[in-house]
Formats: sequence, structure tokens, C-alpha cells
Amino acid sequence: MRQTNRLSDGGRIDRSKPMTFSFNGNQYSGYEGDTLSSALIANGVNVIGRSFKYGRPRGIVAAGADEPNAIVQLGATEATQVPNVRATQQPLFDGLVSQPTSGWPSLKFDLLGFSGQLFGRALPPGFYYKTFMFPQAAWKFYEKHIRKAAGLGRSPTEPDVDEYDHLNQHTDVLIVGAGPAGLSAALTAARSGAHVILADEQAEMGGSLLSSRSRINGAEASQWVADTLQELAGMDNVLLLPNATVNGYHDHNFLTIHERRTDHLGDRAPENQTRQRMHRVRADWVVLATGAHERPLVYANNDLPGCMLASAVSTYIRRYAVIPGHSLVAMTTNDAGYQAAFDWQDAGRNVVALVDTRQAPTGDCVEEARRRGIRLLIGHAVIEAKGSTRVSAARVAPLSEDGQHLTGPAEKLACDTIASSGGWSPAVHLSCHTGGRPVWNDEVIGFVPGESLQRQSIAGAIAGTFDLAGCLEQGTQQGAEAARQAGYEAKPASLPTVEEPATGNAMALFCIPHEQRISRAPKQFVDFQNDVTAAAIELATREGFESIEHVKRYTALGFGTDQGKLGNINGMAIAAKSMNKTIAETGTTIFRPNYTPVTFGAIAGRHCDDLFDPERHTAMHDWHVRHGALFENVGQWKRPWYYPKPGETMQQSLDRECLATRNGVGILDASTLGKIDIQGKDAREFIGRVYTNAWAKLAVGKCRYGLMCGEDGMVFDDGVTSCLGEEHFLMTTTTGGAAHVLEWLELYHQTEWPELEVYMNTVTDHWATMTIAGPDSRKLLAELTDDIDLDKESFKFMDWRQGTVADVPARVFRISFTGELSYEINVPANYGLDVWEALFEKGERYNLTPYGTETMHILRAEKGFIIAGQDTDGSMHPYDLGLDWAVKEDKPYSFIGKRGMKREDCLRQDRKQLVGLKTKDPSIVLPEGAQAVDDPKQPVPMTMLGHVTSSYYSANLGRSIAMGVIRGGHQRSGETVYYPLSDGRVVEAEITSTLFLDPKGERQNV
Amino acid sequence: MQRYSGFGLLRHAMSHHENWQRVWRNPKPKKHYDVIIVGGGGHGLATAYYLAKVHNITNVAVIEKGYLGGGNTARNTTIVRSNYLWDESALLYEHAMKLWEGLSQDLNYNVMFSQRGVLNLGHTLQDMRDIQRRVNANRLNGIDSVALDTQGVQEIVPIMDCTTSRRYPILGASWQPRAGVARHDAVAWGYARAADALGVDLIQQCEVTDILTEDGAATGVMTKEYGAIKGGRIGCVVAGNSGVLAKMAGFRLPIESHPLQALVSEPIRPILDTVVMSNQVHGYISQSDKGDLVIGAGIDGYNGYGQRGSYSTIEHTLQAIVELFPIFSRVRMNRQWGGIVDTTPDACPIISETPVENLFFNCGWGTGGFKATPGSGHVFAQTLAKGKASELAKPFSMFRFHTGALVDEHGAAGVAH
Amino acid sequence: MFRIYCPYCGELREEEEFHPKGPAHLARPADPDNCTDEQWGDFLYFRDNPRGLHNELWVHALGCRKFFNVTRDTQTYLIKGSYRLGESPDQARTSGDQA
Repeated sequence: MRQTNRLSDGGRIDRSKPMTFSFNGNQYSGYEGDTLSSALIANGVNVIGRSFKYGRPRGIVAAGADEPNAIVQLGATEATQVPNVRATQQPLFDGLVSQPTSGWPSLKFDLLGFSGQLFGRALPPGFYYKTFMFPQAAWKFYEKHIRKAAGLGRSPTEPDVDEYDHLNQHTDVLIVGAGPAGLSAALTAARSGAHVILADEQAEMGGSLLSSRSRINGAEASQWVADTLQELAGMDNVLLLPNATVNGYHDHNFLTIHERRTDHLGDRAPENQTRQRMHRVRADWVVLATGAHERPLVYANNDLPGCMLASAVSTYIRRYAVIPGHSLVAMTTNDAGYQAAFDWQDAGRNVVALVDTRQAPTGDCVEEARRRGIRLLIGHAVIEAKGSTRVSAARVAPLSEDGQHLTGPAEKLACDTIASSGGWSPAVHLSCHTGGRPVWNDEVIGFVPGESLQRQSIAGAIAGTFDLAGCLEQGTQQGAEAARQAGYEAKPASLPTVEEPATGNAMALFCIPHEQRISRAPKQFVDFQNDVTAAAIELATREGFESIEHVKRYTALGFGTDQGKLGNINGMAIAAKSMNKTIAETGTTIFRPNYTPVTFGAIAGRHCDDLFDPERHTAMHDWHVRHGALFENVGQWKRPWYYPKPGETMQQSLDRECLATRNGVGILDASTLGKIDIQGKDAREFIGRVYTNAWAKLAVGKCRYGLMCGEDGMVFDDGVTSCLGEEHFLMTTTTGGAAHVLEWLELYHQTEWPELEVYMNTVTDHWATMTIAGPDSRKLLAELTDDIDLDKESFKFMDWRQGTVADVPARVFRISFTGELSYEINVPANYGLDVWEALFEKGERYNLTPYGTETMHILRAEKGFIIAGQDTDGSMHPYDLGLDWAVKEDKPYSFIGKRGMKREDCLRQDRKQLVGLKTKDPSIVLPEGAQAVDDPKQPVPMTMLGHVTSSYYSANLGRSIAMGVIRGGHQRSGETVYYPLSDGRVVEAEITSTLFLDPKGERQNV
Repeated sequence: MQRYSGFGLLRHAMSHHENWQRVWRNPKPKKHYDVIIVGGGGHGLATAYYLAKVHNITNVAVIEKGYLGGGNTARNTTIVRSNYLWDESALLYEHAMKLWEGLSQDLNYNVMFSQRGVLNLGHTLQDMRDIQRRVNANRLNGIDSVALDTQGVQEIVPIMDCTTSRRYPILGASWQPRAGVARHDAVAWGYARAADALGVDLIQQCEVTDILTEDGAATGVMTKEYGAIKGGRIGCVVAGNSGVLAKMAGFRLPIESHPLQALVSEPIRPILDTVVMSNQVHGYISQSDKGDLVIGAGIDGYNGYGQRGSYSTIEHTLQAIVELFPIFSRVRMNRQWGGIVDTTPDACPIISETPVENLFFNCGWGTGGFKATPGSGHVFAQTLAKGKASELAKPFSMFRFHTGALVDEHGAAGVAH
Repeated sequence: MFRIYCPYCGELREEEEFHPKGPAHLARPADPDNCTDEQWGDFLYFRDNPRGLHNELWVHALGCRKFFNVTRDTQTYLIKGSYRLGESPDQARTSGDQA
């Protein structure tokens, strides 16, 4: 448990708070303030994983979001497993349990690594496109084995125990990144009074300043960070969000911030806390101060554990007080790379050499290196790392001025760590999410954000500004500009004084030459996670994959979980060079959200389980539950499907409900039907235009069935509309279609017929609706009302009356979807349950029977009434349905649908038309969805005539009945069609009328 | 064409892979072609390949403004199935399915067509009626498709929550075992390589700026990079830009271009070995051979050529995925992107003659074009070769939107009682 | 994720409150009964579908339920402004109306 690589002092860890954790089954210790990767380094853990394709051992390379190798499985329990966590970004907590994600069967002995060495040469990019083709069936076999190697970590197999939430935010200024530029921008903007959100992906704000050797205002840079954060924290108009990554930059300055609220605390979130939160931010102005990612240099065997980014070495030493090795060779193309050597030396360990690829570097660092007595190899490069599971030496050779050739023999330097710096790539990702294209800048030696269409500016290293003074100045400027843009007055701020080394020019170098050409040299890795080498990229371009997108897709460059943060620019440079182009000509691939991976659960938020989609309940819902109803989802509504009694089969329940209704009285909760209140002097005219039938003469107190079509003439909804007053109507719609119909009506009113004076609103939820149907329904209703004259002559079929039912004001509609004497009682929803129960109280002696949607379907089918959406499918017009009577062709206004149903194809005689179907064997119920043919013995593919839309066993008729569509069916009454079923049976059926029961409609007119 | 094989791979390894041939040439365009295909995506390249292979028409150019296969071919979720409702579309997609089944061998390029089956879930009674209707039609059309109940679904995808406790419990599904996924880039590259080998010129980074016409007939295209290129017949296969090309030729299409988004998780160990699609809960998911969960979202309702959509669509999609697979809540989303889909009013493509003689369009594949790639190319090649719509293409004329003979694959109108 | 100005509410609101409803200014033919199938089909289905500025109809579905037009670039997604039905695209604006 000794932390052999822990420095005795320094760093930002809290040595008073030791923590234990495990990796790969071994127990280790660390301190609060560590990341998992710094704690692993402290304990001398070298190999974190094996590579995907070649099975090569891999160690920690970076210290942040760009880490490709140290990808671990986190989680102490099954339900808290998290795949693919970057150890560099995971704060250490006590009891953390982690496992490697790659390397089978074990980290130490990897079979793939063994085979990778044997067969690695046979696995060029795209090798799978070129083989595994023969015989045809073989791919299934090969794929099974290829899939076994897929993936890094694993999904949990139990549901998540934690919760996630969303927070919508509006802010004047959002600043992304709390390094020197972001902090100074935040300070300036906040002092103006603007509301500021400052978000940073790390647990501690400060960015590069937390490991910087530079001094601000005469003190350590971290002191300035602390002072600045203290001032910001004290301001009401500032929200500081550490552990919060701005992952997506969407249109119109909408950004998403993934805040990991508890990931640093433990395996699962503390009670009553959400694990993570998505901030959905609308910002008036955005300052991107996202910094830059250091590029490693590409050289042979550069994937050996011990090969690291120079800045990562510094970060581990200065911020976490851990040192990743004993003897260092540092290679750099720029001055920044020198810091790793100085920090290493200051930590008391051996710097073997500092290798500078430039021929004549200038700048303070070079002087300091000489002063420190570090062996300085100017105009040299590390061309190859040596070692098996850890670097044991670096081969160093002199380099030509342009860096493209070696000019002398290589020298072998023993060391266990090679740090490299190829310069810095601005973190332009967010600037590209809304379509911005980054542009190459030769001076920066990197892509910088191009012109932006969003209300946004950039500051610091993302803009190619790499010196600290410049970052602070630019941050201050852009903070002021952001405040101004958001409507605040920013006062000019004095800049802090900075002591930092003067720097010389950097060299544009990406891939270090080797004695052998790229195709023959030991592997030079560009993208570690996908094992993409320089040779692979070169080969891709040679094969003709010349677009950078092709290169990416063919080699998998940048497809890893780091999405190319580490390797992309190197890869592009190598591709450009092998095609004799500049990087500017080759261009870059496009960055898209997310910047770093985001938990599914955080994106879903609370909109899962019970809150996935609201359930709509009627006023009588609890009664249905109490009485054993099973429910059907209809739109968002829960509707009683049927009410099984103990011991009943579903069919027995339905038979009972059907018979009770036709022989006595049944009751249906019909509250879910859409209800639209329509008023205004032109309401009648309006309704006449949107329905296909006539409305001009419907008197007050009367109801009428209406059919609604689209402009294409196809039926999309239907329902009964009642005339409440000369200028007042109540329209009902299907349950699922209610919202759509209202929007449809509004669309026509507002866009086409604004001159019509008409107003409409949904009143669906205002009313509880109960339909009593059956010969005893009048008697039952009579027991509950004394102010409605129920006499059959004064309250006729298709009339409605206002009155009182069970002492509650009610509208009673004498309409029928069953063909029975039937009343639809509407009462204010709050009284619904009372009235419903009152009906049952009085209904006991009539054996009042509740029935659900399934019985409703059977009863209406016995009468041939259609259900829009079941018997129609958006391709049927009223004539197809045999509803000619519901189309009034000679209305003065060319109503919606009239022209559409007259198109050439709509007039064909052989259209699919709705008919009744009676099976020859009355006990067989045709399956809904069965397809009819004329000749069941014809070969496949068969000529189909149409499908069964509705089919039931009718207890009232003592046989099965069905409705369905048949090509030219209206002319084929009495003919026989055949339904070949999936079980091999062929069901014979006769085409009939859809009126199976009471064809004259006498039952409802009693 | 250099033949690919496992043995060849080893042989090349001996020479450090230094002797691989180019997969395709990079030719300068000729002055005249028998057929010009505008659009170098999967469908355009397949069209060129079948023109050359089946119809022996090799004086063909494919003109692509970006890089080959860089549009929706590179952006889709790679689902291949043929279980369509109507005869016209079922026959077209099944034609494609049969070509998929031998495609790797035909092209000598492994397109990794993986017949791991596709489930279309049903969550409501109406969903189940629609499934029965479609499955029955499929069966009588000779397409492998069966209806499953909840237990049948659970057996195929044990990790999905098939309990009744969900908001919209899974009542069953349709299941097409021959359906699956394929490697999208490989399809474009395989067709490109094979077409090139038969003499087709693939002209990349060349933007068509106008359709040249004489007396109401198309005679060629004007390009930004090479000026006029003449052609006997012109076929436009430019998903996402069909309206723009049609405008050049002076007519409109019944098409709107919408963003369609997709996303992938980080690669995880194999856990889902089939494709699951749900319309009601609104999301679809499969797992790639690399381990990524590949997830599709619904289209955004507005017109858009920006290859991106709205974040709320991504949210809704992941809500659906977590609802179906509560165990995926802690898995993490790596990347999202968008394509531009040309949607038609009936969710079926247009493979058609146009008001301009010698000009043909293949477009309007909406969200489902990838699966049709071989069939689309095959049928369009025949149409271009003969100068009139082939049998399978006939129902997909753009003029059906005048007569009303739509092939409405939206299925049930989505209206419930 | 757009921010859309509702010219009736007089406020910039989140996209999720609105539904897109296709191209603007899509007038129903005055005399449908005398349209040819071709003319009717053109009205029903055929669209300009421009890449670039697009006048489109939106409804403030979770707000005032009013339909209005938006001029938006379908390539950059930038919105020039909104205008009420009956107004012309050059009246597109992002502020100024009263609720």
C-alpha cells in the first residue's frame, strides 16, 4: 500500500485525507484531491489496459479529457457499473472500485497481445473489408468472433439506482473553461453586473494555472486562482459550476452542461441527491475559453507505457505530487515542453536528456535548461522507444532542419519515461457544433475556430494564444465584450502582472522520421485507442482514400472515446504529407457533440419510468381500478379495456358485458373522447367546411355524426357534433385524435378563413362522460333525473338535453355507438365519480354492467360502425368506407376533402373498400390483420385483396363477425374470399354488409 | 481489379502492405458520357455499378460534390429490412434484400451484412393489429416475417424490460430474421471500387451547378470545377439535395428535406445482438461490431439542410432507450450527428421520369434509404438503361402525387378511438 | 434548438413550445372543384424546399396557439424574424409586438 511514486511535499492533494481504492482486484491508497490516474501512478501501476487490435500494453498518457488508454470500468455493485471512465477525469473517492476494460484474459498475459504480435502485420486498416467473404455464410461465424473483441467496458445488467435531473437556465454570459482566460473573462463580466455561469470540466477550477510555474502578481499562479474564485463566489450574479462539462453547443446559443454532482463522492449518489444534472442553458453571449490539447509526437513504439504527454508529466508532479517514473527523456518542438524536465528535476529525479527538434531554439527555457545542467540535444528527436511493458530506453537521433530526415546515427538513452510535446491544438470542438469550420493557422500550428454565426467569442489558448499574459488579457477583453453584448457596462480592468519565460518559435512537426520508412518502421501510433498507426494512414491515402473523412473512416482515426483529441491533428498532418498537401488543404473532420461522453440517464433526466409520458386518468379511474378493470393505453389515456370477474376468461368477460348491455343496460366511461367547444357567429359555416356532411340545418338541441377528411380526401377523424345554440357547438373527436383535430381546426381558421368569426377550445377534461346503453337505459336514467323529459317523442334519438342527473347539472346526449337505446351523460368532471356511483346505486336492479373498450368495439362492430384509425388507415376516403351518406357534395363551399377524393386514383372501382365478413364456420374468429386472397393455392407472392380490420366473436349473434377491406369489395357482396393464416389454416369468409345486427336500426329508436 | 482475399492479405503483409493498388482511379471527366449520375452516395454508386455490370453501359460518370459515400450513406444507422406493408414497397425492398445477401461476394468487398434480425415492437392493441396486418402481407409476399408475443420478444432480447410495469408495455413485435445491419462505408466503397473496375469514372469534389437542357430534354450538367459535361441520360441521386437539383431543371418535387439525427454510445462489450425498433416509444437501437450502441432518433419537424437537429429530439430518443432498457442508464453517449433526409408525403421513394426528357430522379427515401441501396441502384440502372421506369420502379413515379396513387407506408394513421 | 419569437406573445420562447407546420403562404386554391388533378396535387404535395431563406409556418402550440410565419435559413438555422399571418416576410422581426 506504499505510494512509491508519491512526492513528499507539494501538490494540491490533501495528505490528511487518505483514501483506499481498488484496481484490477488490488487495493491501493491515495489522497483526497487525487484523480484515479494520479493515484494509480502514485502506486506505480504501469499497465492500465491492452490495445484493441494488437493487444499491446498501454499506460497513462495524459491527465485529462484527451486520455485514450486509461479507460476503466467503475462500480462497486452491479447497479452502479459505469463503463469507459477515463481514470484521468475520475476524482478519487474512498472505496472506489475499478477494473481494466481491455485485456483478455488478464492484463499481464494477453492472448490478443500474443496473437497481435504474430498477426499484427496482417491487420492493415480496413482488413475486414478485404476478407472473411468466403463462403457467403461464413461471415456469420467470423463476425461472432470479431464481436467478442468489441467494446471497452460493459453495461450494467441491473437498472440504475440513481436519479438525474435537468435544470433550465438563462444567463447573460456563459463562460466555458476556468483557466486563465475563462477566469479573467468571468471576473470582468461579473463585475459589470451581468449574470455569469462559469463551467469547468474539472473538480478544481484553474486549468493550466494549477500546475503552472509562472507567477501572477508576484505570487504562485494558484494564489491568483484562489483570489479570483473567492471574489466570484461572493457575487450573487455568478454561478460557478465545477465538475461540469459543456458538452454541446446548439443553435441560438443553447448549450448543455453535464454536471457530475456526486461522481466524486462515491459509487452512488448520496440519498436525496441526483447523481448528475444536465443544465440546459440559453446564453445571451458565450465565451469559449476551452484551452488547448497538447499533441504528442509520433515515433516508433510511442505507445509503450511510460510514453506520456509533457504537460501531463508536469500536471502529475505539480498538481498531484506524483511522479510517473525515475528517469526522463523529454522531447519537444516548443518551449512549453521544457517544463516537464524542470518539474522532473525539481522533484529530485533524473532527467536523462531534453531533446529539442529545433535547430536553434531561443527563449528563456533553453537558457534555464543549460543553467540547470540538463543534457540538451538540440536538433534531435526520439525516433523510437524501447521496452516490453515499460519504456526502458529512448533512441535519439539528429534531425534535418525540416524534421523530415535523420542526419546521423541514433543513440540509445536508458530511461523509463519519455515525455513529448508536439505543440498545442486549440480545443475548437464547441465552436464547430453549429456548423462552424475551423481554419488552419500556420503560426499557431493548429486549427483555430473559424467565423461563428452564434453570439460567441473566444479567448485564450483556443484562439491560439498560448502565453499566460496574453490569455489573461484576452479573457479580460472578451469578458468585457460579453458583458457589453448582454447589455451591461464593463469597466476597464487592470491586468495582473505576470512573470513567465519568454518563448521562441515552435516547430511544426508531427511524425518523427525513423531509419526505416513508415511502412517498415516499428509501429508509430497516432490514435492509441483504435491502434491507428502512421503506416495505416499512409496506406489509406495510397489506396485512394484521399478525403480526410475517408481516411478517418477507413482507419478509424478519431473514432475512440477521446474522439481524436490526442491524435487527430497528427493523423491529418501525416495524411496531408503523404498526399503532398498542406494540412490547410486537407482540412479537418467535423466535431460534433458530445465534447466528452454523457450518461444516457443524465440526458433522459427524470423523464423515465412513471414520468416517461404522463398518464391521463378520467374522473372515474379509481373506481375502475377498484372494480378490477384491465386497462388499455389509448393515446396518453388509460381506458378500461374490460372488467374480468374472478375465474373468467377474457372472452367470457366480453360475452357477459355484451349480453348485459344488449339485454339490460351497460355503462362505458367515455370521458376520453375529445371535446371541442366551438362558438361564434360563423361556427356553423366553419363546421360545414371541415366536415364532409351537411350542417346548415342542424337545429339547437340536435346532434349529428360528422366525418373529417384531409385535403387528400382521406378520412382521419370522426365524431358527433351537437348544436348547443345557434352559434355554439360541441364537437367530439376520437380519443387519440383530439389534440390533432383542434390544431387542424385552428390551422384552417387562422390561415385560410380568418374572416370567419369562430372560437374554439378544448373542453375534454372539463367533462366526465358516461354512456349508458341498452333497453333499460331510459328507466335507469329516469331514476336519476326529474327535470329532463325522457319521453321517446320529446327526447328523440340524436337529440340532446340540458338538465340535472343525480343532482348535478348535466348535458345528456341521446346518441348511440352500440345501436342500442343509449344516453351519453356529461357532467362537470369533478362530479363524475359521484354521478357514476349514483348510477350504480340505482342501476343495481337493472344489473348495470360496466363495459370497456373491447366490448364497445364488439357492440359497434355488430352495427358496422367504423373506428377511425382501426378500420381506416389514412388511405381510405368516405366512399371506400361505404359512408356515401356522410358526404354532401352540393354544399356551397368546397369542403376539405371534397376535391381530394375526386382524384383519378380515388375514382377507381377496384379500390380497397370496407365490407362485412362472415366466416363459413361461425365459430372461427378471423385474426385481425389477416390478408384475403381469391385463390389460396396460388404461389407466393400472392395477389392480396385486403386485410381484416376488426374481428370479434359476437355473443349476441352467436357467431364471429368481422370487417375488412377487399379490392372492389362493394361489388362483391356474397362472394367468398380466403384468408391463408400463418398456422397453415385457410379461413373461408363471405363478403357481406357490415350491418350484422338490427339492420333497420330499430333498437336505438325505441 | 486486385482481388481481395485472406490469402492476399497475408501476401501483402510480407511486403509491408506497400503494394496495395488504389481502390479507384481519380480520373478527369470526359466530354461526354452515355449516362451521368449526379451523386456519389451508396445509391448513385450502386446505380453506376449495375449499369456497367447488368446493362453493359460503362461510359458512365458519377459526379460527387464532396467525397464518395459522404452523405446519408455515412450517417445512417445501417438497418436493413424488407418487412414493408404494401406490395409495391415490399417487392422493392425485398429485391434489395436478395441483393444484400450476396453483395460481399458480388463486389469482392466485405460489406459486413449481418443478418441479426430486426424487431419492430408493438406497445398498443392497434400496434399489434398493424403488426399482424404487415406480417401477414409479408408472408404472402414471400418475406420472412413473424409476429411475436411479449414472451417471444423477451427470449430474443433478454435485457429489454418486457414487464407490464412500463408506461407502454411491450405487447409483442414483428420479427424479420433475415433483416440486420451492414457496414455503411463499405457499401459505398465496395460499389465504387467495383464500378471503377468496370470503367465508370468517379469524379469527386465536383459540384453540379446546373442541368443543361435543349428543347425540353436534358443534355448534360454544368459543373463548378470542370464546366459542361454532356450526357445522354442524367440520373440524379442526391438525397438531401433533390429539391435543389430539381429546381435547376425547372420543376418542383413532393419533397421536404428534414434533419434526421443519430447517436452512438461509447463502445461496450457485446450485450445486444439484434436490432430493436419502436415507433410508439420512439427510438431504435442496435450494437455495432465495434461495441457502440447505435441509436436512431426521430426526424425533426422543420426543414433543414444543416446536418443537425434539435437537442430535444436527442433527449426524447434517449428517454425512449432508457425506458426500453433501464440497464443502459449509466452507459454514456459518445457522439451525435445528423443527416438530411428527403421525405415524401407517403414515406416512399421516387424513382421516376421527370418533366424533363432524359432526366431521371431517384430520391425521397426519407429515413430508410440505406436498406434499399442495392435494390435502388439495380432498379434505377434499369430505368436509366431503358429510358423508362422499370416494373419495380413504376409505382414510385413522381406523378403519383397528381393521380393520388400513393403508397402510404406511414401505416395506420396513428389515430386511436 | 431554436429560440423563436412569437409575434402575438411578443416574446422569444423556446423551440419546444412551438410546432413547425411546413411552408408559409401555401394558399388553398380558391376554386378547388375546378382544379385539375395536377393543380390539386401541386397544392397538396409539391414544395419549394429551398436551401437558404425559407418562410415557414409555426404554431405556438404550448403557448397562445396562434399560427405565424418565421423566416429562417435552412442551412445556418439563423432566424431572421417572425411575422403574423397576413403580413409579408419583410415585416419579419424579433421584437416589438405586444402580447
